[in-house]
Amino acid sequence: MPLTLADTLPADSTDREYLWTLNFGPQHPATHTTLRIVLTLDGERVVNAVPHIGYLHSGFEKLGEHLDFNQYVTIVDRMNYISPLANEIAWHHAVEKLLGIELTPRCVYLRTILAELMRLHDHLLNVGTVALDLGAFTAFLYGFEQREKIYDIVEFASGQRFHTSYTRVGGVMLDVNDEWIARVWKFLKEFPPTYREIDKLLTRNRIFIDRTKGIGVLTREDAIDFGATGPIARASGVVRDLRKDEPYLAYADLDFQVICSTGGDCYARYLCRMREMGESLKIIEQALENLPSGPVNVESITDVVLPAKPPVYRSIEGLIQHFEVLMPNRGYDVPHEEIYAATESPNGELGFYVVGDGTTRAYRARTRPPSYVHFGLFPHIIRGYQLSDVVAVLGSINIIAAELDR
Amino acid sequence: MLEIATMQERFGQEIAEATFRDNRRIVVPLARMYAVLEFLKRVGFDMLVEMTAVDYLEYEGATDRFGLVYVLVNTTTGERLIVLTHLNPPDLEVPSAYPLWKSADWLEREVYDMFGIVFTGHPDLRRILMPEEFTAYPLRKDYPLKGRGERHNFPVITRAES
Repeated sequence: MPLTLADTLPADSTDREYLWTLNFGPQHPATHTTLRIVLTLDGERVVNAVPHIGYLHSGFEKLGEHLDFNQYVTIVDRMNYISPLANEIAWHHAVEKLLGIELTPRCVYLRTILAELMRLHDHLLNVGTVALDLGAFTAFLYGFEQREKIYDIVEFASGQRFHTSYTRVGGVMLDVNDEWIARVWKFLKEFPPTYREIDKLLTRNRIFIDRTKGIGVLTREDAIDFGATGPIARASGVVRDLRKDEPYLAYADLDFQVICSTGGDCYARYLCRMREMGESLKIIEQALENLPSGPVNVESITDVVLPAKPPVYRSIEGLIQHFEVLMPNRGYDVPHEEIYAATESPNGELGFYVVGDGTTRAYRARTRPPSYVHFGLFPHIIRGYQLSDVVAVLGSINIIAAELDR
Repeated sequence: MLEIATMQERFGQEIAEATFRDNRRIVVPLARMYAVLEFLKRVGFDMLVEMTAVDYLEYEGATDRFGLVYVLVNTTTGERLIVLTHLNPPDLEVPSAYPLWKSADWLEREVYDMFGIVFTGHPDLRRILMPEEFTAYPLRKDYPLKGRGERHNFPVITRAES
């Protein structure tokens, strides 16, 4: 959109005095999380937007240097707290790549199902909050009711609704049983009617389209230049999905489509997320039907993988194995190497750069946070739009402050 | 696939290559860094996915203090490449990659904030995660986990003073 006359004037011109500064402060219901944008406005039009972040910076990466691989998963959970299991799966994917551990088939499919449930979780929240910010409360509440069901499923598997710390090196904390599988099937039957309801409420809603179509356009070249990944990049025409380009877990065996768009505006991002939810349902169905039996943890690697609790409590070998893996002056050998491994989290490419130094603590555990990179492109896409569009664009790029600041 | 031989004849034999699991890495001396990155962008690595630094102070067998890591992706072929360079204090100045990829904007600001590596040519190099008045570089290994008492010495403004 063309900028106003004010931006064409030289910087020291007195006519620029009528540009005013608005603080879209750290505490604001529409920013969802604690971040601050200082807007320079010409009437209603945004001339410049300077983000200030760091309100939630808690030193996660420094903590990663002092915690074991299995302990750090509790911190990684808390990064993108909207889809916690996705972060855990990404973290242990990187650690298992560093250690060279191959998972059992059952664990692979289980993690795939959980990753896709988390994709539903994240997209339901994002679609709901984009609608909420624009005034449509109902879609938000419908989405949250379904998220409660996903919380129940996750709680049945791991004991925790939210920050589950479910994955471990070489597997998961506890296996799932047939009742869990039945619950996921039940969810798969109950979810599509609500999905169609949300679709009916928003996709062809005149007000929603007016407020999101043509707003916050991100061109394909800019998306690549700014490092955008995930639904934001796919909505701008970058055909890149790590589940297809660099398959990990069970995605190579499953049949699903990658949703892309050429619009690049908020409406295109919304549509990409909605359709991706439909694809996630297909993936979960296929993975559930083909869920292999067998052990969920890699039991053959006894020096890295934690044993199951019954042998630990009932046999001396189990106790010794548990001791050898966990106790501070024992542990296992980790290669003196560095690795970067990424997964397709609901928000984009979530990668970990892990440097191993021989001990079971990472020497450097760097998170490549999709929210951070996307917020970096926010000043570019908001320039020239109006103040009310700031809310729509901010919602559509799905900034989670805990992942932004770590 | 990128041919390391062509790179070596262009930029000298100091470019080392390694492959670990499925990560393809090249190690570049600091003086050639910007030229190598520009060349890589021209041959098709159009996305800078990640930039980070590692402080090798307590690393066994380390030869340099800092390592700077760039992860590049070619979106048309899907190829990934990791470019590493090494830095030693006191010359912690690196040419900024902002003219090549705009994602370097915030990625470099974070590396500067956390490690103190200065990127020359960056449009707006200031702290991003820590407050502006912070003086130390937290992710360096000589900075303790619990800090140096900054939280206790935070200036408090009473109602009478404000």
